[in-house]
Amino acid sequence: MYENRSVIYFQLAWRNIWRNPRRTIVIMLAVIIGVWSMVFLGALMRGLEVGMIKNGIATLTGNIQIHHQEYRNDPVIDHSITDTREVKAALKQTLPPGARWSFRVRVSAIASNARHSSRVTLVGIDPKHEAAVSFIGQAVTRGRYLGPRDTYGIVVGQALVDMFDTKIGHKLVLMSQASDGEIASKAFRIIGVFRAEMLATEKQFAFVTLPVAQHMLKLNEGISEISIALSNDQDTKRLATALKAKLPSDTYDIDPWWDLLPILNAYLELSDGFVFIWYVVVFISMGFGIINTMLMAVFERIREFGLFKAMGMKPGWIIREVLLESFLLLVIGMVFGNISGLITVLAFSTNGIDLSALAAGAEFAGISRMLYPVIYGMDIAIANLVVLVLGILVSLYPAARAARFTPVEALAHT
Amino acid sequence: MSIVECVDVQKTYHQGKVQVHALRGISLSIEKGGFVALAGPSGSGKTTMLNMIGGLDQADSGRIVVGGKVFENMNQSQIADLRLYNVGFVFQAYNLIPVLSAIENVEFVMLLQGIPADERQKRAKAILDEVGLENKYDRRPAELSGGQQQRVAVARAIVSNPSIVLADEPTANLDSVTGNGLLKIMKDMNEIKKVTFIFSTHDSMVMDYARRIIYLRDGQIAKDKIK
Ligand SMILES: Nc1ncnc2c1ncn2[C@@H]1O[C@H](COP(=O)(O)OP(=O)(O)OP(=O)(O)O)[C@@H](O)[C@H]1O
Ligand SMILES: [Mg+2]
Repeated sequence: MYENRSVIYFQLAWRNIWRNPRRTIVIMLAVIIGVWSMVFLGALMRGLEVGMIKNGIATLTGNIQIHHQEYRNDPVIDHSITDTREVKAALKQTLPPGARWSFRVRVSAIASNARHSSRVTLVGIDPKHEAAVSFIGQAVTRGRYLGPRDTYGIVVGQALVDMFDTKIGHKLVLMSQASDGEIASKAFRIIGVFRAEMLATEKQFAFVTLPVAQHMLKLNEGISEISIALSNDQDTKRLATALKAKLPSDTYDIDPWWDLLPILNAYLELSDGFVFIWYVVVFISMGFGIINTMLMAVFERIREFGLFKAMGMKPGWIIREVLLESFLLLVIGMVFGNISGLITVLAFSTNGIDLSALAAGAEFAGISRMLYPVIYGMDIAIANLVVLVLGILVSLYPAARAARFTPVEALAHT
Repeated sequence: MSIVECVDVQKTYHQGKVQVHALRGISLSIEKGGFVALAGPSGSGKTTMLNMIGGLDQADSGRIVVGGKVFENMNQSQIADLRLYNVGFVFQAYNLIPVLSAIENVEFVMLLQGIPADERQKRAKAILDEVGLENKYDRRPAELSGGQQQRVAVARAIVSNPSIVLADEPTANLDSVTGNGLLKIMKDMNEIKKVTFIFSTHDSMVMDYARRIIYLRDGQIAKDKIK
């Protein structure tokens, strides 16, 4: 019995929406454009996020870092990890086979040549291990990357080279405080220049080999940090906890990336809200169109609703019929909106969107030069749910109007 | 046995400050199987009376009983059910749902009643054949003439075997030949299926078909003629 009625409602609703094809197509276009913009702009925002996370992790952060307990509060040379055996053992026991890690010395330094000087971060790395953990392994665009025995070689960013008006083969002097409290200074030769997503990164970091940095700063075997790259960021939380269990907390500070990049993390927490607000804003403009269309459709058919009542249809049945009409409009619009949104995302996802025109402002916020839109299943589900649920809700008003006409006034209406 | 009982039915419409006494105490009783005309000049209360009997409108006072059911004891949903199962309507025009074909219009009421598809189709075709529309099953209302539309409306009104069919000036929009044809069909249906018909009209030729004519004037029964 119920099935029978559904069939006739469906038939009625389907034919009714095509009584005025132009109006139907206009409102469907509104739904299509709305859903398209939800899908596409949502994917852009997610792409921005993913880019920011990738950037953040690759720019020396890694998924997890281990430091001396005091280092993050006060990153001075005294707060180094002097004996790495305990950490090495814990890493080997805890981390899965795909995980890579790198030991670094990382200190503030002054770089200078004959004409310029600037504050930089001197990073001593094991070239082979570091390449598997951070961006620098792939980032050298001119000259060459560090080799294990580069005693005088230094790799700096393109922006620093530009700023210092220097080039490969030229000298660069670095100064920093050594562990004995004296100022250590050493002359290097630029052997490679790297590019990074952000100019700030290119200006900030200067890379030398780990033994050279340790020797210069009189650290012996000491290091400043261990950066761990995981093949899957989903494991970060679990593995950070596992490492904390292995290593004494009064000696070591173990942090997942979101604790190391608090601003990025705060942005990520907000951006779910941004995406949702965007959906609602889009819907509001669409919602007025839906109400209007349905009201027009209902007022054009007052007589028919009177007829329905004369034939014994109850108000609830009439409401259902009208709601089914907007449901069909919405679902058809949503199908095409999703398809066109996904196609647009796909079209941009391989080559990305070049933001370099905006980069001067954007990089400040940690945004990559290239933006690759990213689809989250959850975003799509929420966007569609918003359209469908709110769409049906706003259609309740026209539907209730249709059901409220009394048969006498409806039948008198021609 | 009477199928419709009205006792002192009153109805006043308020239009702003003006009060229109559409029905001023109508009492009547209509026998099962009757073929009854409501006659009277424009504004005499024919439409109002039919709407009252069909439960489309509510009386201010008085008592209406249809098929043993007393309206004042029923809620809107029960009255809707009474219309669905026991009352068929035929109006002057625009009786059909424009997006449904002739046969779908006839099936519609049976669908609401939950009658299975094969039986629905069988009955719809049979009734359309009886009203002379055997070749027009799949026409939409816009593709039918006025007379054909009214015949579909009659078919729809009686297909689910209601106890009464209420027809408000069913022939008013038709020429006299077509109108006579429709009346003949209604009369046949009344005789074959024993369905009670109550119809309103101005037209004396239409009244001739009736076995009983109730004349209304100013919301009161002026004359009740049984042939
Ligand atoms: N909804 C309404 N609001 C106000 N007055 C109404 C309404 N319906 C009917 N009337 C008035 O009630 C009176 C009876 O109307 P009704 O429609 O029943 O007459 P009728 O006999 O059917 O006339 P006609 O032959 O013109 O169809 C008329 O004076 C009419 O103006
Ligand atoms: Mg009338």
